[in-house]
Amino acid sequence: MRVLIRGAGVAGLTAAFELATRGAAVTVAETRHSLGGNASWFAGGMLAPWCERESAEQPVLDLGRDAADWWDTATPGQVTRAGTLVVAAPRDTGELERFASRTSGHRRVDEDEIELLEPDLAGRFRRGLFFPDEAHLDPRQAMAALHDRLAGMGVEFRFGVDARHISRFDRRIDCTGMAAEDDRLRGVRGEMLILRTPDVSLSRPVRLLHPRFPLYVVPRTGHRFMVGATMIESRSTGPVTARSMMELLGAAYALHPAFGEAEIVETGVGIRPAFPDNLPRVEARGNAVAINGLYRHGFLLAPAMARQAAGLVFSQDRTKEPAHETDRQRRSA
Amino acid sequence: MFELLGTMLPSRLLLGTAQYPSPAILADAVKASGTSVVTVSLRREMAGGRAGEKFWSLIRSLGVRILPNTAGCHSVKEAVTTAKMARDVFGTSWIKLEVIGNHDTLQPDVFGLVEAARILCEDGFMVFPYTTDDLVVAGRLLEAGCKVLMPWCAPIGSALGPVNIMALRSMRGHFPGVPLIVDAGLGRPSHAATVMELGFDAVLLNTAVARAADPVGMARAFGKAVEAGREAFGSGMLEPRDVAVPSTPTFGRAVFHEA
Repeated sequence: MRVLIRGAGVAGLTAAFELATRGAAVTVAETRHSLGGNASWFAGGMLAPWCERESAEQPVLDLGRDAADWWDTATPGQVTRAGTLVVAAPRDTGELERFASRTSGHRRVDEDEIELLEPDLAGRFRRGLFFPDEAHLDPRQAMAALHDRLAGMGVEFRFGVDARHISRFDRRIDCTGMAAEDDRLRGVRGEMLILRTPDVSLSRPVRLLHPRFPLYVVPRTGHRFMVGATMIESRSTGPVTARSMMELLGAAYALHPAFGEAEIVETGVGIRPAFPDNLPRVEARGNAVAINGLYRHGFLLAPAMARQAAGLVFSQDRTKEPAHETDRQRRSA
Repeated sequence: MFELLGTMLPSRLLLGTAQYPSPAILADAVKASGTSVVTVSLRREMAGGRAGEKFWSLIRSLGVRILPNTAGCHSVKEAVTTAKMARDVFGTSWIKLEVIGNHDTLQPDVFGLVEAARILCEDGFMVFPYTTDDLVVAGRLLEAGCKVLMPWCAPIGSALGPVNIMALRSMRGHFPGVPLIVDAGLGRPSHAATVMELGFDAVLLNTAVARAADPVGMARAFGKAVEAGREAFGSGMLEPRDVAVPSTPTFGRAVFHEA
């Protein structure tokens, strides 16, 4: 079976892997000229379904639980399994209680244990939460690794082309995010920074809770740190705003004052595609399957969506909808 | 039904639309609360022209009246510009006017508020000013042309509930004919019931519902509390006494207790 995948973001690449491993002849077509520039490129890369459950519904935890294993299999060496540390300033410990009551899979840590986990944060926070089963990756490195792996498996990549001109295929999978013509989709703007400083070392993503400006810092190689991310109901791709920059920098500085001397090596803006329930969908239409609405959970939920899409492509029952029971459905049940 | 500025509204609860887990949950919460007015902010979302249009159209599809707000504005000029933009986007002259004076406490800059209110009232807006419980400021806002006042009961998002009952009581007493809506600081349904019992006309809240574990359940709870508080206010509550009073007469004691 020949499958054309439109879009080389995290949804397209994971779908390509699922289909290629099941024996399909896969072509990935991307209008951009390289892997970069899409929403996935600006992602945090946290595989943190337990933390996300603070504001996301149960399907995000159910579908995201195996994501770290998936990435470990598809891109060996890319996943760091060091958990997530969640901290709050002393005046915001109410936020920590709130976070703890909304999530599971964590244990409380005190000043000493925070120091053991992240020596550079010693003495800065008295209480925190540790989510030991969470993981993270560098989205750009992981996408490059997956691209190389797929190329080695015989997947054909065509960058800088309009997929509409490619006609020889049996099935098509649309993974075009905000470019999809779907009236139900809206964009949620996320702004991020990359800072570089040799003065701070972190082993895992750290989330700093705040009533208004919650933020996370994800360590990357080369003394770099991804700081993210805003959530604005807008599909504007314009540069990061001064206010957002101040919020991100203010929170980074609150996490560790040494970030005040860090270099800002990059600012980025990604538009997260979201359906009204902020949950992803895999849908079949004719001989095409669409994966979209990954919202802020691209790397976390793309593997599960890719599996569902591959299942749809290979199954006879092409009308089957993925089952994910939302909190609202459970309430009305 | 309750009349607000010539509009009949079925509910005395006004709901904010920020911080919900998803627009779908927001829609369910609006339905469960019974609210007939929602507020929506656009200061931040309007960067890049009308790039926030999709979210605004979801708000419009809720089928309730929209009260746009100027949340996030720190100056008169910013607030006035945002109000005009809101009038274009939502086709309403109603505006919840916020001019923030302190970044940390988010308390209103009452001087800027009065000035912005005057400009907007002269321009034909129906201004709902987010203010403190200060009577003098309230008077100035009415002079500026406001027909309704929205005092806080505690800082925005603090969930503290009414921290100064005396001030709220005195505000109600001073402005008997003005619609008063408690805006900001309510944390739980009992807080809403308390201020409604004081005779306030309505309450406006957001965070207490949006950030609850189950926003839909909490929205319903607030809807009921607001109704309960209002009905209690109109039904003549007992004043507290320092003696026990049996609800069925007791016999066998012919005299008052000799205190």
